Amino acid sequence: MAEQAEKIKVLICQGTGGLASGAAAVADAFEAEFAKQGVEAKVGKRCEVVGTGCRGLCANDVLVDIVMPGAEGVTYDFVTPELVPQIVAEHVIANSPVEKSVAGPYYASFLEKQQRIIFSRCGTINAESLDDFIAHRGFTGIRKAVTMAPSEVIEEVKRSGLRGRGGGGFPTGVKWSFCKATPGEEKYLICNADEGDPGAFMDRSVLEGDPYGLIEGMMIGAYAIGCKFAYVYVRAEYPLAIKRLQMAIDTCYEKGYLGKNCMGLGFDLDMRIKAGAGAFVCGEETALMASIEGHRGMSRPRPPFPAVKGLWGKPTNINNVETFANVSYIFYNGADWYSSIGTEGTKGTKIFALTGKVKHTGLVEVPAGTTMKQVIYDVCGGILNNRKFKAVQAGGPSGGCLPTEALGAEVDYDSLIKAGAMMGSGGLVVMDETTCMVDIARFFLNFTRAESCGKCIPCRIGLKIMLEILERITQGRGREGDLELLEDMAYDIKKSSLCGLGQTAPNPVLSTLRYFRNEYETHIRDKECPSHSCRHLLHFRVVEEKCKKCGVCPKVCPVNAIRWEKGQAAYIDADKCTECTSCYDACRFMAIE
Amino acid sequence: MTEAAEQVKEQVVDLTGANAILDKYVDMHGALMPALQEIQEFYGYIPEPTVHLTAERLNVYSSQIYGVLTFYAQFHLQPRGKYIIRVCMGTACHVKGAARIADTVKDRLGVVHAETTEDLKFTAEYVACIGACGMAPVIMVNDATYGSLTVQKVDEVIEKYQAMG
Repeated sequence: MAEQAEKIKVLICQGTGGLASGAAAVADAFEAEFAKQGVEAKVGKRCEVVGTGCRGLCANDVLVDIVMPGAEGVTYDFVTPELVPQIVAEHVIANSPVEKSVAGPYYASFLEKQQRIIFSRCGTINAESLDDFIAHRGFTGIRKAVTMAPSEVIEEVKRSGLRGRGGGGFPTGVKWSFCKATPGEEKYLICNADEGDPGAFMDRSVLEGDPYGLIEGMMIGAYAIGCKFAYVYVRAEYPLAIKRLQMAIDTCYEKGYLGKNCMGLGFDLDMRIKAGAGAFVCGEETALMASIEGHRGMSRPRPPFPAVKGLWGKPTNINNVETFANVSYIFYNGADWYSSIGTEGTKGTKIFALTGKVKHTGLVEVPAGTTMKQVIYDVCGGILNNRKFKAVQAGGPSGGCLPTEALGAEVDYDSLIKAGAMMGSGGLVVMDETTCMVDIARFFLNFTRAESCGKCIPCRIGLKIMLEILERITQGRGREGDLELLEDMAYDIKKSSLCGLGQTAPNPVLSTLRYFRNEYETHIRDKECPSHSCRHLLHFRVVEEKCKKCGVCPKVCPVNAIRWEKGQAAYIDADKCTECTSCYDACRFMAIE
Repeated sequence: MTEAAEQVKEQVVDLTGANAILDKYVDMHGALMPALQEIQEFYGYIPEPTVHLTAERLNVYSSQIYGVLTFYAQFHLQPRGKYIIRVCMGTACHVKGAARIADTVKDRLGVVHAETTEDLKFTAEYVACIGACGMAPVIMVNDATYGSLTVQKVDEVIEKYQAMG
């Protein structure tokens, strides 16, 4: 360890977000500068570039931490290859950080309110290095678990209060005990890493940033249930996550952590990745198993539950990525420690993917019980462009939209359901006054309609009819009575659908109807969209009194429909305008309507 | 179907590659999807003759294979472009203007979802979510992700790939 501490470390985010912002070029630039400036000779220490997982603040990538031996790390944001020579010369060699490029105070406040447990390794270790993982308590959880009997392991998980992080929130320990209680030699463990929710990407970050942590959690689960074969079902849109996880699994096999007699601890476990093929319904456990078996991903009625009759007809246990990641930490620190975090009904932390019209988009890990308001304003810096908050969409296509009045809601399974949304996988999409709630309901329904497997009629046909009504409304052809019809259908579909997809698909419509009914009514009665977002109802013009003559709008207009001269208010040529809303989104003064 | 696509379809498909892939999957539990995924990786799409070959070698009905192929968004029965432009239509992207990005791609290349340009260079695809919501709106061109897009930036990206030949 002493040798490790003596090194100068450059931690660069190499998650999908970082790489998209050019992290690879930045890493290369660091390596090149180290050689060019002869850093190792000048400083007398080894310099190392470490590719880490996501640090959460994706909006400010590329993030780079420079950790000098014996000092706190310094974080730079928006790093470009051009900036690298200066950082190396001033910070690494002369030991005086480049002040103007260091991440501002928002970075500290972004981290301050969070409690990063699952993410404690993401962003600090080299995601691909087994040694780094082991140096950070890796595999101590499974070592502890095998000293206990499998039933004691399950008891420990029950005591911790961990509930499934995939959305439903079923107590994990109880789920495990069902599968364990089913007789049978051959049992399966499945990790659901399908993450089909649009707007959620925490599973991806765990897979990319801490793949060994997931493997360890799954080993503990497999030991407790008594199964010898595990699948990780990852969606195919995550090439980097699949690559990293495969690399981690291969390494574990090589070093004897997986396979026969894992780590010499006396149990066997084989693990295989199964790449999904792009179907949201496969997040539903019965559909997921059908997909692994090579069929269309269609759900089937339960019971029999997977714990009794699952994959290939054998007892099967399915948990989400984040759930398994939690399990490792329960065994590092004990169930008592874990259950001390969070609220009465929801223990531990929850990771949220915060996106949309919020200043600092990214991944946030907070203890359960933090309010929505704290997450959006304190952690993520509030709304973009100083606009007004309108709603936050929680729980993806199965969840709902919460308005300002519900911002006090705690993030906890039960209080979110009470408010009309749900935890879901943890995607939070923030919307400001330019987002039309009718359009959002239409968007989600369009998604669930397309992703419905089509097996049962309420979901296949009911959603389509609801979607047609919503489309009519957003096109200005809404009729009196539409809203009542929508509500009726929504409750019927919820009641009669076969699986979770159909049972929750009407939620976005119901929650927007509950909180934003007047918006629907304006669309139907006045044929107007109060948020200026429904294209069929738009005509743009500049409000001269509000225009600050800043000249931003002509720059963003893709068809040059805006005339503007310095010192003059802008003017939109209606003939040229394609109503693309570029200018409307870009204007900071709400001067375009 | 575009003319170019039709021409390719008429070509005789060399099945050696598919046969070699299927060798690995004969007698394996749940082999169908991974086998098809690998065949698609090899040919770039699933040519019709390989469906019949797969049916024969894995002992499943062709209809079942077509059932799987048409169910999942990931499988393609037509040849696809060299550069696949995936336009993310996720919630975060939608809120930040994904429709505008899709329109731009359509304006520049003349293709919408699941269509390929005649020169087999670009295929557009509207996908549910690529999980880079923090940088919405986002597109992916093959394996490279481009985030925080504006109409101008999309133009630049397309121009870059057009220039690459």
